[in-house]
Amino acid sequence: MSTVQTSMPAQAAAAGEPSLWSRLSGNRNWAAFWFMLPTAAFLILFLAYPLGLGVWMSFTDERIGRAGAFVGIENYQWLWDDSIFWLSVFNTLFYTLIASAIKFAIGLYLALLLNRHMPFKAIIRSIVLIPFIVPTVLSAIAFWWIYDSQFSIISWSLIKLGLIHSNINFLGDTEWARASVIFANVWRGVPFVAITLLAGLQTVSPSLYEAATLDGATSWQRFRFITYPLLTPIIAVVMTFSVLFTFTDFQLIWALTRGGPVNATHLMATLSYQRGIISGRLGEGAAIATAMIPFLVAAIAISWFGMQRRKWQQGSNND
Amino acid sequence: MSSVQIRDVRKSFGNFEVLHGVSIPIEDGEFVVLVGPSGCGKSTLLRMLAGLENITSGTISIGDRVVNNVQPKERDIAMVFQNYALYPHMTVADNMGFSLKLRGAKPEEISTGVKRAAEILALTPLLDRYPRQLSGGQRQRVAMGRAIVRDPQVFLFDEPLSNLDAKLRVAMRTEIKELHQRLRTTTVYVTHDQIEAMTMADKIVVMHDGIVEQMGSPLELYDTPANQFVAGFIGSPAMNFLKGSVKVNGAAYFEGPNGVKLPLKSAPANSDGKPAVYGVRPEHFTIADDGAEAEIVVVEPTGSETQVFAKLGGEQVVAVFRERHLFNPGDKVRLKPDPALVHLFDDSTGKRLDS
Repeated sequence: MSTVQTSMPAQAAAAGEPSLWSRLSGNRNWAAFWFMLPTAAFLILFLAYPLGLGVWMSFTDERIGRAGAFVGIENYQWLWDDSIFWLSVFNTLFYTLIASAIKFAIGLYLALLLNRHMPFKAIIRSIVLIPFIVPTVLSAIAFWWIYDSQFSIISWSLIKLGLIHSNINFLGDTEWARASVIFANVWRGVPFVAITLLAGLQTVSPSLYEAATLDGATSWQRFRFITYPLLTPIIAVVMTFSVLFTFTDFQLIWALTRGGPVNATHLMATLSYQRGIISGRLGEGAAIATAMIPFLVAAIAISWFGMQRRKWQQGSNND
Repeated sequence: MSSVQIRDVRKSFGNFEVLHGVSIPIEDGEFVVLVGPSGCGKSTLLRMLAGLENITSGTISIGDRVVNNVQPKERDIAMVFQNYALYPHMTVADNMGFSLKLRGAKPEEISTGVKRAAEILALTPLLDRYPRQLSGGQRQRVAMGRAIVRDPQVFLFDEPLSNLDAKLRVAMRTEIKELHQRLRTTTVYVTHDQIEAMTMADKIVVMHDGIVEQMGSPLELYDTPANQFVAGFIGSPAMNFLKGSVKVNGAAYFEGPNGVKLPLKSAPANSDGKPAVYGVRPEHFTIADDGAEAEIVVVEPTGSETQVFAKLGGEQVVAVFRERHLFNPGDKVRLKPDPALVHLFDDSTGKRLDS
């Protein structure tokens, strides 16, 4: 507002009526615009522009070090016939569905457990958050060692216990590699789901459970008829985020397997990076990245309709 | 319907005992109100009756059955919670029918039961609404409807009116009493509001610090409070207490603070010179020439009556008159307690002294 104070008196005196600038800077309707401007500029510059650029790039044959020419949907036609691309689509969906389902199940179970009265509740709740606060790459490196073909602590323990006779090739075998990256992702993602659902659980009034107990509900019925329905709005939000994060996962895969073995763990994000940055074919990489958009929009659409305020949440609140 | 027997019940949370041996007999069909200041253990006792808290020692029986180790759902009781505890994601009808549904009742049975309860409480037009769409009084009625549908042996109410505004509270009070007169179900009602207790109860149980101070009919408690606590708790404005001593010098009288002389009908035996507390209800003062001199402090006219705050022997007392008095602060009046209606309490134990 310092500009208003310095510029207005001089200009107003000279022009006799308020200048365009002073009207823009003083008007209340424009004030909203000015307040939004920094955020809008930030979002446009760092989100909308790169997204638009990426989509545009997917219609060009741009390579690193060479400006591209518009080639229409040629990149997509290439991808359509590319079995590795389709494998990465399958991998991404498989990875997202399995990991999200497990995260939801374990997260909900943990949340219910943590919602009970128990000693050292606060400390245990903090410990649960640890996988979430460790930087992904660090935990990925730890998992890399855990899954190492020669020095894996899991293989070592199982051999010592006499359950197996040779090391498991966690990251070298296709099935094991898929299971291993899903496990690492679940380990990392569970705290977010658990803590968010726990927050949701704590908004449920204890007297509802007491009332249900007196109404004759067993503990399963209390979960089925009270906890679960009241938790659905939170579940919709947390699972949307979880699905989006999992679908676009890059760091964990790249640090653990780089998409291998034989592309068995290549997700769309890692394939896009490999084609676009490593191989330098920016146009093709951008096309793979752009191909993720419909899936993400679909995930958001599903949760949008699932999350819409339910009938019981509507109406006035006379509390 | 059933009688309820509470026998020498104690409750401890860790090492802290909150109920120190409470015994309350409740007859079949009786409306019993547990009343007391917050922290007196009344809600804990109610929750023990419901089975939401376990019983440290003593027994609670409903009908002929000791229920100490009986699951809440098998006790055949229904409870109305202070915050109503309506299930927000269920319609009024589903809220009311939930217990029947859990019991495995057929859909027709559930809807018959819900309809019957809805008619009793005039909830029929609201059956498809959600709790959010209801006013406070309507929610209160739904909570009661949920209890009625179950047709239980005993109704439990845990301060059900404290979330309502003053006017609605009075209306619901009447409604609950009327409901009880119609259904005649044994009811235990917890409140901290002595007016609720007085107006609704067949029997009031005054609790304080985990013990029962006194139980009896509302007017019994009002007319012959067993101790100074009950005397001060029941009645509004509260009873005036004046410290002093009993004098038997020819006719008995009470010497109050600063030598003020107050009338007594008769003195308790062997009480000459004994220190005691003189209790007089605000409405038992009259203005008379042979009264004790008092100085007016504040006058509060309420229309139907006049509340007068005055200094009597240096102590502030309150007197209530049906007549309209136009006193000014600083005026001198002569206040005379009705000797037939005053109370004497032991100075140290607070127990009632009968003459």
